[in-house]
Amino acid sequence: MAVTTYSGTERYNFDIVKKFAVMSLVWAVVGMFVGVYIASELAWPLLNFDSPYFSFGRFRPVHTTTVIFGFGGSALFATSYYVVQRTCQTRLISDGMASFTFWGWMAIIVLADISYVLGYTQSREYAEMEWPIDILIEVVWVTYLILFVGTIMRRKQPHIYVANWFYLSFILATALLHTFNNLAMPIDLFSMKSYSLFAGTQDAMTQWWYGHNAVGFFLTAAFLGMMYYFVPKQAGRPIYSYRLSIVHFWALSFMYMWVGAHHLHWTALPDWTSSLAAAFSILLLMPSWGGMINGIMTLSGAWDKLRTDPIMRFMIVALSFYGMSTFEGPMMSLKEVNALSHYTDWTVGHVHSGALGWVAMISFGSLYHMMPKLWDTKIYSQKLVEAHFWLATIGIVLYIVAMWISGITQGLMWRSFDEFGNLQYSFVESVVEMMPFYAMRAIGGMFFLTGTVLMTVNMLMTIRQGKRESAALDARLAAKMAHA
Amino acid sequence: MEWLMWFSKPENTKPLALIIFFVTFIGIVIYVYGSKKRSAKLESYRDIPFLDDQPGDQDGTKDKQ
Repeated sequence: MAVTTYSGTERYNFDIVKKFAVMSLVWAVVGMFVGVYIASELAWPLLNFDSPYFSFGRFRPVHTTTVIFGFGGSALFATSYYVVQRTCQTRLISDGMASFTFWGWMAIIVLADISYVLGYTQSREYAEMEWPIDILIEVVWVTYLILFVGTIMRRKQPHIYVANWFYLSFILATALLHTFNNLAMPIDLFSMKSYSLFAGTQDAMTQWWYGHNAVGFFLTAAFLGMMYYFVPKQAGRPIYSYRLSIVHFWALSFMYMWVGAHHLHWTALPDWTSSLAAAFSILLLMPSWGGMINGIMTLSGAWDKLRTDPIMRFMIVALSFYGMSTFEGPMMSLKEVNALSHYTDWTVGHVHSGALGWVAMISFGSLYHMMPKLWDTKIYSQKLVEAHFWLATIGIVLYIVAMWISGITQGLMWRSFDEFGNLQYSFVESVVEMMPFYAMRAIGGMFFLTGTVLMTVNMLMTIRQGKRESAALDARLAAKMAHA
Repeated sequence: MEWLMWFSKPENTKPLALIIFFVTFIGIVIYVYGSKKRSAKLESYRDIPFLDDQPGDQDGTKDKQ
């Protein structure tokens, strides 16, 4: 293996990593604030203000797009550029292309959010952007792919580290999913409106092939790439088993592509299709847990770090939530369980145990590890990291528990019949039952958002501290040179 | 081109797909765990994230100078 020494910023393009890292925190605060707002709208409907611009329907995609693509996407751009450069020991092949991906991606998030509030949506979950924005995404994404692959091809390290495999599979799969899910015909060149090339059941099938693989490759494989680099780095010891990571990668990449149809149980979709998806969902438990065990066991022999290092705690709790939600998911994909859980808040809770517990927590841990290094300083306040950890953890628990109770109650109420075979409850009766849990969920979200605000302040202070230290060092150096 | 029709029947393609995927998976497992020498080589890649570290990088006490 080629062993070279680290020689700082000239050798690597850290400027692009810094930009994406800062923006991931900005989008986290914006996206989570909108999330708390729409959760509050459900608990306290007066917050809709009888205005379409404040309605749940328009704000909901603003929330999902901003947290998934704004926060999660920016964190992935930042960490993938950081990891690919450091593990390949080479600089990104083009600073211009890197910069284009940054400004392009930021423009996409801003344009998408504005268009949703104005009422433009193609009504495809997690792909609500209308066709002009979809084309911009395509261009930015292909640039990202060329940049990432080009950098790997220029590597000085003969072996491609496994984190890069996960990042590359995420980039490739996302390109594929985005392209096919968004095949549409605009009604006019100067109109935002378009119609999908698919119709009926095929349209739903394509949507959920995209939807679940967005979970599989954008929200899982990519963040596993993050995990395979940052958990060993923070723990100060290599990954538990490199061979297990190889099996994990191939099994996960292969199996995820089949499971989307479990979102369409008990619909017009052919029965065998959703059964096949359920079977693959159960099989997915094995690679998912293999990866989780690989990450957690990396700490083997250094468990005391969990007591002393809050960043490590973020990462290990993230892996625990990864294990929990990848157990819950296959269970919910069973047709009998799905008959109860589908269309209820249980699904919302499941998504958030993955999104908050796994995606956000591993991102927070990785950003806490990476950002002080980028500005060559220490974290401004460890106590704020500690406070963030507990706020986030309490927030997630409140959220998930509220949605479990609410979801199972909904499911049971909707399938209750009286002695004459009529539905026992009207829909609005189930809504009334939900109200305390909607308030509990909103409060959980507030906890989580407060933690994220603390992190943002902490990181901004860390950056300011790093800049001050750097300026002081430059001044000392200049003074020394003047005396020499 | 008549032979292509064989692939249009699910009763043919389902077991074929099963065999292809199963053999591929077993192949990957044998490749990864089948040889001690190769195992040692693969495990040596675990250290890649640490190869461009500088002193103090681990505990965050890196000296700016």
